Amino acid sequence: MSPHQGSDAPRSDVESIEMRMLLEAVYQHYGYDFRKYARGSLRRRLWRRADAEGVKTISGLQERVLHNPLAMDALLMDLSVNVTAMFRDPTFYVALREKVVPILRTYPFIRIWNAGCSTGEEVYSIAILLQEEGLLERARVYATDINERVLERADHGVIPLERMRAFTQNYQRAGGRSAFSEYYKADRDQARIDRSLLENVVFAHHNLVSDKSFNEFHLIICRNVMIYFDKELQDQVHELFYESLVNLGILALGNKESIRFSSVASCYEELDPEEKIYRRSE
Amino acid sequence: MRYDIVTIGSSWGGLAAIRSVLAGLPADFRPAVVIAQHRSSDSRDKGLAAYYDARCDLPVRTIEDKQPIEEGHVYFAPPDYHLLVDRGFFELSVDLRVQFARPSIDVLFESAVDAYGERVIGVVLTGANADGAAGLSCIHKNGGFTIVQNPATAEKPDMPLAALEAVKRPGAVLDLDEIPTYLTKLAGESS
Ligand SMILES: C[S@@+](CC[C@H](N)C(=O)[O-])C[C@H]1O[C@@H](n2cnc3c(N)ncnc32)[C@H](O)[C@@H]1O
Repeated sequence: MSPHQGSDAPRSDVESIEMRMLLEAVYQHYGYDFRKYARGSLRRRLWRRADAEGVKTISGLQERVLHNPLAMDALLMDLSVNVTAMFRDPTFYVALREKVVPILRTYPFIRIWNAGCSTGEEVYSIAILLQEEGLLERARVYATDINERVLERADHGVIPLERMRAFTQNYQRAGGRSAFSEYYKADRDQARIDRSLLENVVFAHHNLVSDKSFNEFHLIICRNVMIYFDKELQDQVHELFYESLVNLGILALGNKESIRFSSVASCYEELDPEEKIYRRSE
Repeated sequence: MRYDIVTIGSSWGGLAAIRSVLAGLPADFRPAVVIAQHRSSDSRDKGLAAYYDARCDLPVRTIEDKQPIEEGHVYFAPPDYHLLVDRGFFELSVDLRVQFARPSIDVLFESAVDAYGERVIGVVLTGANADGAAGLSCIHKNGGFTIVQNPATAEKPDMPLAALEAVKRPGAVLDLDEIPTYLTKLAGESS
């Protein structure tokens, strides 16, 4: 057997046992299920949390987290990697405009799900694009995340001005049609997103691991969320997305997330394989 | 020792250094070769792989999340992602930069140790920062083999120097043109 085929046997070293126990404890006590998150990032994050708590082992972290809800809060913030940006991967938004918008136009009313929206930068970008295409009025965008804290920030719509300015170049490269500064008001060192962009956006808590499908969508955008899941959980979430799409609905993933290695590969056609945009086949 | 994976970290001057390392590896080189090269976040992924593929006897590939790792293949970390290895497949992350770098060499090296233990070879090449030092030290402590490019012959010596600071006695300190032959010899050893 090639060493790279890997073995499915659970690892029995002490650290792996401690990791499993901690995740099980978190699940049983707090209901958050990180048991099938991808090992590499998870392990880095757990150790970072252990260092920050000043404990020497993952078991030590488990004790902290079980007996102190504040330590759990901190762990949750750490485990839900919230890094995001407006118009991240500009070419993705170009493809959205050129290949997806014409399809969306054919629907009288458009339902979109932005799963794992983090602090909102992605859904602001989607709203701007829809606005410029004249589709925002007849669209409803559901933006969901596991992390309540980031959802509040997303709903609030305030971004440090410096960060906002850094997104300007992305916006232009993404094929933006206006001046980016039209979409926010500068208020000292903060940028306030134009509220009219968010009128048809609904922010809601939704855990992709444990919550069910809640509507049928024409477009689901879930970028850089499933990379934090192991293969089994990825397949499970792919099933959820498949169920949540209308016939011929569209699924957009992150730049390096391929449907190739998943169980639903044959249920989709490629709309733009470079940009990881797929269409549910009939 | 039978090595399963060679992890290479490089930064400033790395593209030329990697070219000469890869060009010297034989077509029957068995371990997978995984490279974290610092580059700008909007550089083109496919172009780089194609460039090296044409200049090396081994197939050179880009990476997508959860892609299986194959023997005798060369892989490049995509720009603007951290690359981690698990047992038999890759994992990507968009976590914040580590020491200003994404991909981070330390992140790659440490994950390789987690997945492959002592069956890892780590190589630190030219660069103007200290990325890779902590990762190489992790490989060293866990029984893997460590190689540092001779700082005197590196385009930028800082990264090799930092690695030598962290790992006082690596497996080998080599000039660039010695590295492929040395790797081939190591890879030929069996358990
Ligand atoms: C790296 S961010 C990606 C943000 C945005 N989609 C982008 O690409 O810029 C990952 C997001 O996924 C969320 N997330 C992680 N696990 C989740 C789960 N089980 N259900 C829903 N969201 C989750 C995190 O809270 C985080 O906000």
